[in-house]
Amino acid sequence: MLDFIARRLIAIIPVLAVVAIFVFLMLRLTPGDPAAVIAGDNATSDQIADIRNKLGLDEPIWTQFAIWIGNVLQGNFGESFFFKKTVAELIAQRVEPTLALAICTLLFAVSVSVPIGVLAAYRQGSVFDRAVMGFSVLGFSVPGFVIGYCLIYVFAIELGWLPVQGYVRIGVNFWQFLERMVLPSLTLSVGFIALISRITRASVLEVLNEDYIRTARAKGLSNRVVLMRHALRNAAVPILTVIGLGIAILIGGAVVTESVFGLPGLGRLTVEAVLSRDFPTIQTVILLFSVVYVVINLLIDISYTLFDPRIRY
Amino acid sequence: MSAITEEAVDSASIAAASTKRKSLWLVALRNPNVIFGGVILLTMLMIAILAPFLGTVDPQRIDPAARNKKPGTEITYRLDDGQTAKRVAIMGTDSLGRDVYSRVLYGARVSLAVGVAVSVISVAIGMVIGLISGYIRWADGIIMRIMDGLMAIPGILLAIALVSIWRAGLITVVFAIVVPDVPRVVRLVRSIVLTVREEPYVEGAISVGTPTWILMFRHILPNTVAPLIVQGTFLAAAAILTEAALSFLGIGIPPEIPSWGNIMAEGRTLFRVFPHNILYPGIFLALTVLAINIMGDGLRDTLDPKMSKKV
Amino acid sequence: MSTETKRPVLEVRNLSVALPKGGDRVHAVEKVSFTVNPGEIVCLVGESGSGKSVIAFTVMGLLAKALKPTSGEILLEGENILAASEDRLRELRCTRMSMIFQEPMTALNPVMTCGDQIDEVLSTHTQLDAAARRAKILAILARVKLPEPERIYASFPHQLSGGQRQRIMIAMALVLDPVLLIADEPTTALDVTTQAEILKLVAELQAGQGTGVLFITHDFGVVAEIAHRVAVLRWGELVEMGPTEQILSRPVQGYTKMLISSVPSITPAHRGVRRDGKTVLRTEKLGKIYTGNAFFQKARVVKAAVDVDLDIRRGETLGIVGESGSGKSTVARCIARLIDPSEGKIYLGDTEIATMSARKLRPHRRRVQIVFQDPYRSMNPRITVGDFIIEGPMNFGIGREEAMARARKLMETVRLDPNALDRYPHQFSGGQRQRICIARALAMEPELLIADEAVSALDVSVQKQVLELLDEIRVRLNLAVLFITHDLRVAAQICDYVAVMSKGRVVEYGSAEQVFGSPKDDYTKALFAAAPGRHWEFGKFAA
Repeated sequence: MLDFIARRLIAIIPVLAVVAIFVFLMLRLTPGDPAAVIAGDNATSDQIADIRNKLGLDEPIWTQFAIWIGNVLQGNFGESFFFKKTVAELIAQRVEPTLALAICTLLFAVSVSVPIGVLAAYRQGSVFDRAVMGFSVLGFSVPGFVIGYCLIYVFAIELGWLPVQGYVRIGVNFWQFLERMVLPSLTLSVGFIALISRITRASVLEVLNEDYIRTARAKGLSNRVVLMRHALRNAAVPILTVIGLGIAILIGGAVVTESVFGLPGLGRLTVEAVLSRDFPTIQTVILLFSVVYVVINLLIDISYTLFDPRIRY
Repeated sequence: MSAITEEAVDSASIAAASTKRKSLWLVALRNPNVIFGGVILLTMLMIAILAPFLGTVDPQRIDPAARNKKPGTEITYRLDDGQTAKRVAIMGTDSLGRDVYSRVLYGARVSLAVGVAVSVISVAIGMVIGLISGYIRWADGIIMRIMDGLMAIPGILLAIALVSIWRAGLITVVFAIVVPDVPRVVRLVRSIVLTVREEPYVEGAISVGTPTWILMFRHILPNTVAPLIVQGTFLAAAAILTEAALSFLGIGIPPEIPSWGNIMAEGRTLFRVFPHNILYPGIFLALTVLAINIMGDGLRDTLDPKMSKKV
Repeated sequence: MSTETKRPVLEVRNLSVALPKGGDRVHAVEKVSFTVNPGEIVCLVGESGSGKSVIAFTVMGLLAKALKPTSGEILLEGENILAASEDRLRELRCTRMSMIFQEPMTALNPVMTCGDQIDEVLSTHTQLDAAARRAKILAILARVKLPEPERIYASFPHQLSGGQRQRIMIAMALVLDPVLLIADEPTTALDVTTQAEILKLVAELQAGQGTGVLFITHDFGVVAEIAHRVAVLRWGELVEMGPTEQILSRPVQGYTKMLISSVPSITPAHRGVRRDGKTVLRTEKLGKIYTGNAFFQKARVVKAAVDVDLDIRRGETLGIVGESGSGKSTVARCIARLIDPSEGKIYLGDTEIATMSARKLRPHRRRVQIVFQDPYRSMNPRITVGDFIIEGPMNFGIGREEAMARARKLMETVRLDPNALDRYPHQFSGGQRQRICIARALAMEPELLIADEAVSALDVSVQKQVLELLDEIRVRLNLAVLFITHDLRVAAQICDYVAVMSKGRVVEYGSAEQVFGSPKDDYTKALFAAAPGRHWEFGKFAA
């Protein structure tokens, strides 16, 4: 067990290293003087010289990398000249909406998609199964922003049940916060539900073909028990894996969804940063999202041991 | 419960398979999903190619007099020779007075080009790297670490990062989408190579002295064709969506070029009053991607049944 | 032999099961009738496609949806199962009738402890409280002779060996003392020593409780070992049925005669050991070690083969016999250089090839050819038989025309139609494919032919033909053959010399007569003693 966790931990080091190198190189690959790029269009030559000095841009590239990674590891992500703040501050301000959106979506999507996936597998070939599969293809195909605008049009504009856009912090007014989370979460959920319900169905179907399912039937167990006790638990690992990989879709979707619904989160920040060519912010956001993604998948890997005793050894 | 019937059905399926094996591609072309998706896709392709002849005007032509017209409005144009003409804007106009119908039809060109370009380039690059990774052991470690690293950056973010480096443009966007796709193709090809390498028929070929490159082309590569076609199809669908998302966010293709994402980006501000700017390109976009996905499902079921059991 | 005259526990009357449309025949099972009496073991024996498993699953009501019983009755203690509701069937399963399966490795749920899996049976079918259930489970675990029942109770399947898992399955099946036990090839996936133990256990338990057993097998050795009565099936029809002794020694039907005649004898054929040919292959202290790595435990080292010394002369067959994991295939694959040996030397004639680089090795590849176990995976499905056979010769510079001409001759050598060279592998049966693989190996004009379990996947009648072909080729071409097998009967018939391997080492090595006639090593003795039906000399009948 410890060995397993240790292996997993060691395995993510090179992954994060590649991410860090990529993020570091981003700025160096940009045409032009990196210091000038960071400082933005209205910078004075003194400011540029100052940045050049801080990042060690006159040093060889590996020294620059050492300086940069040293700063990052200390939580110093640099300064956003566009927003006139440190990047760390900026991100701290923007975390809440994204986190709220991700959690609401995840909870909603998983609690919907797993049951329908199981049911679809159980009634393979039925009308319900076909409907789930059909929905799933549709969910993959309709872009999030189109879904978002459709939902806004129907529920906010035509029916007037929910606010169109905007965000209220959870600490300010919980009810208003919730109201403003419904449509974005729903929007973001569609693709996620499509993915998870499909993989749940496929995994359960595959498990239902296993010999031990036949054994369970030969024991005289009812179909429900066979499905819930034997099939689902064995299907859990691939389902969890895909939920983990789906986090990437969730993050990508958050960028678009936040823009549609005007949520002041990290996704929106990413777009603003790209539009204003605010590199320290872009770099940090990418690094942050990647680390989160890798860590979540690490946790999921470790959680396999709860479902499958074979992995512990 | 397949094992139960295996014995009984095996002999049946062998007999059935014997007449069909070679016509696998024909079977794929007869699959209803492939036909359905293919027909829609062909229609889109015709629209893209024939856009100038389908009653369109210049999609970039700005007409201040005809801004923000609802679908079906009759618009008076001033032609180059000073005369005026009337035509109905069936999908309305945008806030610069550009004809949405024309922009949507021309937009098909951008989306299809992006889809085809991304899938072909990703598959080509991914296949080469995947073969190297699957066959040359020392390279495998390095390549897979880099691929794992690239895959750790959520796809659309990686694309955004690359776009921000290179500045917007069609080619930039294509490559920004290719880079996150390549590791997925590499993994697929590598896993096929590693599996097929263990097959007795490959070991048999080794033991009759078949040189490595023949081994590759005759015994290993053909196994990757069907899965890569399937994967390429899905990559094309995802690429079209990503391009639309980037353009929609204003960081993709330059806004004057009519792409579906750009039309929607333009329509965002006045969405409450003029939803058609988002609705029409949205429908075309969704329909195209849906067609590709449905076709992909059909291809997977027929060409790559092992994979269809998995997803 | 059952002497009881009570009502049969199982009566199958006129059973037919339809195959899905488009198959090569209409019925998987056609008009089959037989009975199983209390305390009796009835063997259903037949080759693949005979429908024997379909019958077993029909009785349990576990038939795949694609297959439908179309006529007849299945009476379990007089109750027609075919007419029973799904609920009633569930009640009967594990209480009145139970089933054990072929693959103990996959038949148990990997994520539940063995105890919990047996407990499910009790909690589903009885009102016992937890303590009583636990006591009953521990008792049955002891009865199937599993050591430390407490520990086994808490174990997950992957922590147990194949034999132990099959015992768990038996415990699960018999915990509620059913009147009928259906065993579907329960020992086929097991090693011969484990198989003997499981057969003994089944016989003991059923005799003790008076359980009727329907035993599905393809192995006449097992039949001779365990059956009271035998039913022979072919293409879904019952060919012949009767007491074991009668069927085995006085079969009436031609098919039964042919089947029994095909069973290789366990007494070695006198082949006249010559020892005069030139040595083709010699290994010296050949070894293969696999190492895994771990962070907190000691690195795991698997010694797949240790200090293997073998030699083969022209015109001789050397057999390596052993159970799974004995290292016999590892040795074969090292010799063919499909894997790199970690120590020792391999002399091919005078050439040492164990440490040779891949580039230098290529010219020598021709000299050793290998035929694999699985006829379905040994041929590239995309390539015609002709291209498959000429691939090797063309690699060594022979022109296509000439190679094809030789391929035609080789097809005749292996008794296949030379005009079939432009067909694809899927158009051939398993036995035909193995012939093609032999032809391809011969096309290289090798000095050594390795057959790695080359007949193990084949039905006994086909197996016999391929074995005869191999031996004929050996004689005609004066070939050296290395024959890897787990099947002692096959080894006895085809080998001049035999090496017995266990845990990576050769524990006994000598002429076939010597090794089979007077084994010296304890492991060899145990292995031979475990061979099912070893006391039965299968007759040779003119069909």
